[in-house]
Amino acid sequence: MITPGGTLSNSPVEDEMSQRLDVRGKIFYLLTGAACLIIVLMVAFIIGNIFLNGKDHLSWRFITAAPEEGMTAGGIFPAIYGTLLLVILMTLAVVPVGVMVAIYLHEYSAHTSLLYKTTRLAVSNLAGVPSIVFGLFGLGFFVKFVGGNIDRLFYGGSLVFGQPAIIWAALTLAVLTMPVVILTTEDTLRAIPNELREASMALGATKFQTIVHTVLPQAVTGIMTGGILAVSRGAGEVAPILFTGAAYFLPELPKKLTSQFMELGYHIFVLSTQSPDVEKTKPILYSTVFVLLALTFLLNLVAIIIRSQMRARLRRRA
Amino acid sequence: MSTGTTFSKLTIQIPLRTRTEEKKPMEVLSKVVAENVDFYYGKNRALSGISMRVTEKHITALIGPSGCGKSTFLRSLNRMNDLVPGTRVTGKIYIDGQDIYAKSVDPILLRRKVGMIFQKSNPFPKSIYENVAYGVKINSYAKNKAELNEIVEKSLRDAAIWDEVKDRLDSSALGLSGGQQQRLCIARSLAVKPDTLLMDEPASALDPISTAKIEELILELKKRYTIIIVTHNMQQAARVSDYTAFFFMGELIEMDVTSKMFTNPSRKETEDYITGRFG
Repeated sequence: MITPGGTLSNSPVEDEMSQRLDVRGKIFYLLTGAACLIIVLMVAFIIGNIFLNGKDHLSWRFITAAPEEGMTAGGIFPAIYGTLLLVILMTLAVVPVGVMVAIYLHEYSAHTSLLYKTTRLAVSNLAGVPSIVFGLFGLGFFVKFVGGNIDRLFYGGSLVFGQPAIIWAALTLAVLTMPVVILTTEDTLRAIPNELREASMALGATKFQTIVHTVLPQAVTGIMTGGILAVSRGAGEVAPILFTGAAYFLPELPKKLTSQFMELGYHIFVLSTQSPDVEKTKPILYSTVFVLLALTFLLNLVAIIIRSQMRARLRRRA
Repeated sequence: MSTGTTFSKLTIQIPLRTRTEEKKPMEVLSKVVAENVDFYYGKNRALSGISMRVTEKHITALIGPSGCGKSTFLRSLNRMNDLVPGTRVTGKIYIDGQDIYAKSVDPILLRRKVGMIFQKSNPFPKSIYENVAYGVKINSYAKNKAELNEIVEKSLRDAAIWDEVKDRLDSSALGLSGGQQQRLCIARSLAVKPDTLLMDEPASALDPISTAKIEELILELKKRYTIIIVTHNMQQAARVSDYTAFFFMGELIEMDVTSKMFTNPSRKETEDYITGRFG
């Protein structure tokens, strides 16, 4: 190509320079692609490995029967049941409290107030606490302190609430998943246009009426998403329930709030560390992991679908 | 309340209604009286020394360049600014002789008396019916469903939108056009039975035909309501308002009968702004 000056533009020097830049760029581009590939391969490997090894043992009987013969045969129904009961109780505890915290933070507090700042700090610190610490906290606070005192006050010191139980495990998990609910709800509240609050207030509504009749109806799907995310975060956690209520094996399903329970994540831990016959347990272990993953993915999928529908609705309104 | 205050910046003097004064026939009454109002966002003073009288059942337009404080002043009349943290008002604002910033005044009750229409129409994402019923339900104005239906219909008729929506009261308000949404918002305000309406550039986001409908409606509403309207549109101010107040840099420069303001303003700043020399 001829430039206005009359010389060829692709002189050797220029060519060399552009070539080198191009190579570096290409390497970087390939690296970013390779990084993506790594994560996809990891997930494919985990799921593929678990599915291939566990599929032979998956059956209707496996998910409806109790473990037999020292966990070397039978199914995992008590663990599925315990997991579901645990997360239901946890949700009942975490959603109302988390939503109220979010409402305080977003609707009521001035961002300069001391309570706002300390709550913010507490929420972000709570999200960073390792889960085993929650387990020990649950044992010390819920089981020993709260449960022990209930027993002293109402049961004359006999052991009722002062021992590991599904209620304490659920409350411990509720504390663990609280930040998820608070942050999701806050995001939802933030997405509600301020004009709607003003419209309500301008019609003579009180702040409380505005929150109940205008803000919360708009936030329901977002709050549900928060609840589901909390469930999928809490469902697989083992450490927080280790000392607060999960049991190795129980002949009966939990019937009371003070019962102990079996749980999928804990069951996996038990199968992999304390099995009397490792070879016999292996396929059961794979299948159990598969069931837990399937449950968690299912919950995440539901959360994603709800959230995308909510976003679409917000877009339509804008 | 004091009637001896001097209003140095005012060029019109309208008799002030007080609780002791008897209402004389044919007398024009001041619905809203502001005395030396200063307004602060934190440390920034947005309004300084605003004194103004707003005549009952007339339309008063607030004009001025962006950031001149006219919207701030409007929002201080129903204490919507209370919702913004760090704001502060000094001076007095009286509505019907009542100091609205007095400790005994509940801003919630004030807002039921002084309705507000916003620049961007903001219907609730509910049905058309529920939008109008919202304030009525919240204030428990209707004794039963029949009475509620009646208030909803009357409000929609008064806002000149009944014929367009009567067959789809249960469909979403968000399906209406921009102009219809704004008239729905006016209906929603009327349902709470205010006597004063504050309008913050109610037609600025609308096309000319919708704007004309809104203006027609405003002129109709003036028979029963005191209306204060902020507008950027000089022609609109000239078309609909009886009085015009010109704000500039947080001050009320001049207020007069609209026809005089637009033909023969006393202040040079007003003339410059109205003739488009700045702003």
